[in-house]
Amino acid sequence: MSAPVTERRADRARRSRAIWLGWLFAAPAVIMYATFVLRPLLLTVQYSLYDWNGIGASTWVGLDNYRRLLTDEDLSASILHAFELIIFFSGVPVILGLFVAATIRDIAQSRLAVVARTVLFLPQVIPLVAAGIMWSWLLSTTGTANELLSAVGLGDLTRAWLGDFGTALPAVGVIGAWVLVGLCTLLLLAGMSKIDPSLYEAARLDGAGPVREFLSITLPSLRQEIGVCVTVTVIAALASFDIVYIATQGGPGNATMVPGLEIYYLAFSEREVGMASALAVALIVLVLACVLPIQRLTRDGSR
Amino acid sequence: MAHGTTSRPLLTAITLATLLATVACSAPGSDASSADPNSSAAPATTATCGTAPITLKAYFETGFPLPKSLTEEFTKQHPNVTWDIREDQFAVITQNAPRVLADDPPDLMRLPQVSELVKDGLLKNLDGYAQTLGWTGWPASQLQQMRVGPDGRRGDGPLYAMGLNFSMTGVFYNKKLATQIGMTQPPATLAEFDTLLEKAKNAGVTPINQFNGGATGGLAFPLQNLMAAYGDAGAINNWIFQRSGATIDTPPNLQATQHLEKWIKSGFFAPDINSQDYATMMSRFIEGKNLFIFDGDWESGNLDKQMAGNVGFFLMPPAQAGGKQAAMSAPLTYGIGSKAKNADCAVFFLNWVATDQKARDIAVTVGGSHPMGPADAYMPAVKEGSVTAATLAAGAVIGQDNGAMDFIANATGAIYAKSWTPQLQKLAAGQQTPEALLAAVQKDYESQVKN
Repeated sequence: MSAPVTERRADRARRSRAIWLGWLFAAPAVIMYATFVLRPLLLTVQYSLYDWNGIGASTWVGLDNYRRLLTDEDLSASILHAFELIIFFSGVPVILGLFVAATIRDIAQSRLAVVARTVLFLPQVIPLVAAGIMWSWLLSTTGTANELLSAVGLGDLTRAWLGDFGTALPAVGVIGAWVLVGLCTLLLLAGMSKIDPSLYEAARLDGAGPVREFLSITLPSLRQEIGVCVTVTVIAALASFDIVYIATQGGPGNATMVPGLEIYYLAFSEREVGMASALAVALIVLVLACVLPIQRLTRDGSR
Repeated sequence: MAHGTTSRPLLTAITLATLLATVACSAPGSDASSADPNSSAAPATTATCGTAPITLKAYFETGFPLPKSLTEEFTKQHPNVTWDIREDQFAVITQNAPRVLADDPPDLMRLPQVSELVKDGLLKNLDGYAQTLGWTGWPASQLQQMRVGPDGRRGDGPLYAMGLNFSMTGVFYNKKLATQIGMTQPPATLAEFDTLLEKAKNAGVTPINQFNGGATGGLAFPLQNLMAAYGDAGAINNWIFQRSGATIDTPPNLQATQHLEKWIKSGFFAPDINSQDYATMMSRFIEGKNLFIFDGDWESGNLDKQMAGNVGFFLMPPAQAGGKQAAMSAPLTYGIGSKAKNADCAVFFLNWVATDQKARDIAVTVGGSHPMGPADAYMPAVKEGSVTAATLAAGAVIGQDNGAMDFIANATGAIYAKSWTPQLQKLAAGQQTPEALLAAVQKDYESQVKN
């Protein structure tokens, strides 16, 4: 009677020791994560409930900062701009990436494929700041973009692309698309290499052309990779900062103001740490609200 | 398995709760030590560096050689003083100023707009020094912008900073292009200025390049000049210093803004000003691509070097012939942290900059601007016909007309980035009317001043 009991007790002791040992091993990571991720996150939530300039005394204002977020046109406009950027940061790279990846796969054996892959991925290696500076030269009044337009007789279209109210935001979007196309292409290519070649063979025997093949085999098989691409690029669009900061700094007249930049200005120029924190919290919620459905959509039905 | 699934959420919850408890137990920034107004209220009075070796910790703006030249000369004359200098761009200094002054106060620091720093008790009150060193006998306008009242309003109250020199703004022009369009002398009235702009445009010369792109609203330069041509410089200063009841939305200011709009619509500015940054404006002007820029004498030395003999300067002409002239003029502000260790020596340095003959030479030849100090103090000789000579002479005119103004961009900490810059960019793009521009700026101003 007593033998199994002691055995069970010993067993439980062993198991709890194992658990504590596990926590011990995890401790360095947990402590780092708690100190540098969770604590700042919670502090941000706390700051968002105060009116505080970062140095002096703070005043409790409850949800006032969030209320202002909904009523202040400048702040809500910046969020709309971020959504507009999704077209350029996600839509263009994913669609273009699919097209390019399919093309490269077709010529996979040739040297051209290697060159194309490298060239397309290069923007990922270049620091975003350098990319931003380079593009602001290309898009300036005397830049290559306008010279090309003039050369083909479209001189009337030339303008300061980043300084024009109508074109500044799309121009910033183009820079983002240029950066992200390579990443999407590479991810999608990796996904394509996992597709069983016999599927294509079978389709071809059934008389499918390249378009049918793409729609019926390639696209469905890439569901997860497309999910990753969309997730990463949507986050890049909503949390964009560096490209905008370098290319336009939010100008002209707030036409390219995005939440990331607004948070930075609020916190460090206007010294409204509370308001900046509230916008940051709202941005986190927004990103999660966009990304979680995408994750669910692409995970379900993949099996 | 069961054990794991029940305890993991529990542990997570405990961890989060503990963290929340540790971070949320006190309101942010409520420790009284940094905000104690008395820490800076008792001014010391003996400004000296003594004879023992001493190292001054300084925080300067990068890209401008003046402060470093001055510190080198100072060490030559006072070998017991050495320097530990940190440099950053002005935008970085603006963002860092409160934190640096609170955590790691330098003995001497280039300052952005001072009122909020004073409200937080971060700057040393220099009134005691000013009394004993005789700064109070200098022209009052030199120090006015650095005086801050208890509520953060500038213009009077204790002195919280000091200038290395003070700048003068106006219109620089390319002499060769000026001759080309038949401009023989600077315009005497606003109407004459308009005619010159028209002539330049008709001759195929870009009349004005002005930085107004990205986070810059350089149209504030011509706008404020026009405001002072149509109205009174004192009223503009009252608005900048946050005097009660002051408004920017006045009839003369509306006329000025309409005038600026007329310039924009007539094509007197380069078409791409909304994508021009400061460096682009300067390089185009130096390359001779346009006739005028609105800028300040901190460029005098640079322009005398790069466009020797080919660059002139005039103050914005008045609306009527013989009217009073005004210009934006501001000290190159340096301050001392309220908890700085070597404040006495830093003040001694600032006084030396204004009074030592060698230092005044450096202020003009390296800095290009007028030195601080008594009205009758020694003035270094400058080359005749140089733009430095022209800007220094303009300073005398402004002194006579009592026309020195601070910048409208300095009225509050956020007014430039939040209001002037986007509004002026909209005006340049034809997306804003002068009436709505002034109303919008005034509305932002009021909400910022209330805070």
